[in-house]
Amino acid sequence: MNEKQKKRSTGDSESERLKRPRPVKAFLDRLAARNLAHRTTTLSNGATIVRPFSWSLTNSLIILVIFLFFWDMIVGAYFDKYDFMIFVRRIPNFLNILQKMWTEFDWSYFDFVVDPMVDTIQMALLGTAIGAVFSLPVAFLASANIVKSKIVSGVVKTILSFVRTFPTLVYAAILAFIFGYGTLIGVLATAIFTFGILTKMLFEVIETLDLSSFVAIEATGASKGKAFITSVIPQIMGSFLSFTLYSIEINIRSSAILGYVGAGGVGIMLDENMNWRRYGNIGVILVVLFVSVLIIENISRYLRKKLS
Amino acid sequence: MKPAILEMYDKRPRTLVRNTILFVLMAVILVWSWETMDYGGINENGAVVARNILDALIRPNEAWLFNFTATGTSIPLLMLETVAIGFLGTILGAILALPFAFLSARNIVGPVMSNVGNTIISIIRTFPIFILGLMFIRVTGPGPLAGVLTIGIASIGMISKLYVEIIEDIDKGILLALDATGATRFQKIRYGIIPQLTANFISTAIYRFEINVRNATILGLVGAGGIGFTLIAALGAYRWKDAAAALWGIIVVVLVIEIISTKIRSKLVSGE
Repeated sequence: MNEKQKKRSTGDSESERLKRPRPVKAFLDRLAARNLAHRTTTLSNGATIVRPFSWSLTNSLIILVIFLFFWDMIVGAYFDKYDFMIFVRRIPNFLNILQKMWTEFDWSYFDFVVDPMVDTIQMALLGTAIGAVFSLPVAFLASANIVKSKIVSGVVKTILSFVRTFPTLVYAAILAFIFGYGTLIGVLATAIFTFGILTKMLFEVIETLDLSSFVAIEATGASKGKAFITSVIPQIMGSFLSFTLYSIEINIRSSAILGYVGAGGVGIMLDENMNWRRYGNIGVILVVLFVSVLIIENISRYLRKKLS
Repeated sequence: MKPAILEMYDKRPRTLVRNTILFVLMAVILVWSWETMDYGGINENGAVVARNILDALIRPNEAWLFNFTATGTSIPLLMLETVAIGFLGTILGAILALPFAFLSARNIVGPVMSNVGNTIISIIRTFPIFILGLMFIRVTGPGPLAGVLTIGIASIGMISKLYVEIIEDIDKGILLALDATGATRFQKIRYGIIPQLTANFISTAIYRFEINVRNATILGLVGAGGIGFTLIAALGAYRWKDAAAALWGIIVVVLVIEIISTKIRSKLVSGE
């Protein structure tokens, strides 16, 4: 800090600071007054109405600034390096691949797809089931109204949000070094991911539960465990099953790419065929994937509708 | 016991048969699924590696983690790029989803068109993120721009599905009320429809932004930018401390975004 700055920062006494003109504050005050006048309407019967202040303009500006910053960082930087026309001329590459998935489509590849697809579905189902089994007790531990201790539920919630930060693929990539390549890591990665999201969805429901029936049953002389099973469990069983079914839908999609890190299933074939540019085969895999997801989603949706 | 109570007890829901069937069904599915498990990859190295990874997580490569300059590997900059991919991708997806959503909403285009629209949305959703990534790399070359386009297209499916639900939930009573005041068609859209949609649309987009940032962390695996490449390269070379630095980057950023997003969304839903 040089001599001049020191003088300025220490030489200000309280009274001097108050006397100093404050152009920014004055400007903001004037702006606020103008805005208030703008929002006020006087009706013909003399009543004045003040519209509530809207932040939407401010918010849009903030979003716009962030957008421009990121745009410059990625899109701007890209077109600094490459000509725009090159980009335009290469757009057909994308459409070509799509077209080849259609024109080179070859059903004979179907026989090779069935087994990996079954693997993928099994990984998703088993992983979801394992994750679901662990999520139920932990969800109770995370619910502030059940454990009554804010510390316990807070700690459990914090750990859970850590678990939820990674996508399934990152778990699979790490687990591959511990358990070796194979469907086992796909199942484990799916289980961890499912555990994370399912527990969160569950404790959000549990925390809104009406616990008076628990108290009522306890008052009849039932033990705490018995009261819990007859009052709390039935209230959340529906949500639990429906959330589990919902997780299956998510997991089928995400386990389709787990093969990229060695977790088995249809992902390995996607990787191989993409590298060899056999887009017809990719087309077959995508159709099988589409149909499998469609079937499972419809079953799941039907069951969820029945549950609610 | 009083007869009234006995009568009520007699009327209790009987779910034993249903539950047994459900239970057996689940057990069969699980046993069938279990056959996929192969334990061939397990060897004694696994425990050592697990220990090393946990050690590394406690002491990650701090030179990478706290490198805020553009020289060398900087986890903060890579995470900024990852968030940028997620952000731009979400905006792209949220805008592209609008036509799909309006053209598949039952109360706007009728049941036939709505089924067609929903099928198209499902087809787009089938494309795994890596396939889209590799397809866009053929256009832009490897780099974050491919990631933005991938995330954008990949999020159309979920966003438009949620948009459709919001549009189908529109309260038509408000339009009737506006009719009664003599509002024009434009005024009806401006004051009757748009305010009903925007808050929920934005909330949907923010929710998808959370997912997109997570997805952007793995896009690097196929060369579409973000932190994924650094993470996978470090893992592949057994450089656990470097990988741990990347993992911490993901943890911090994703957690912060989740907290902010939850705050904003609860404000949006409660109407501030």
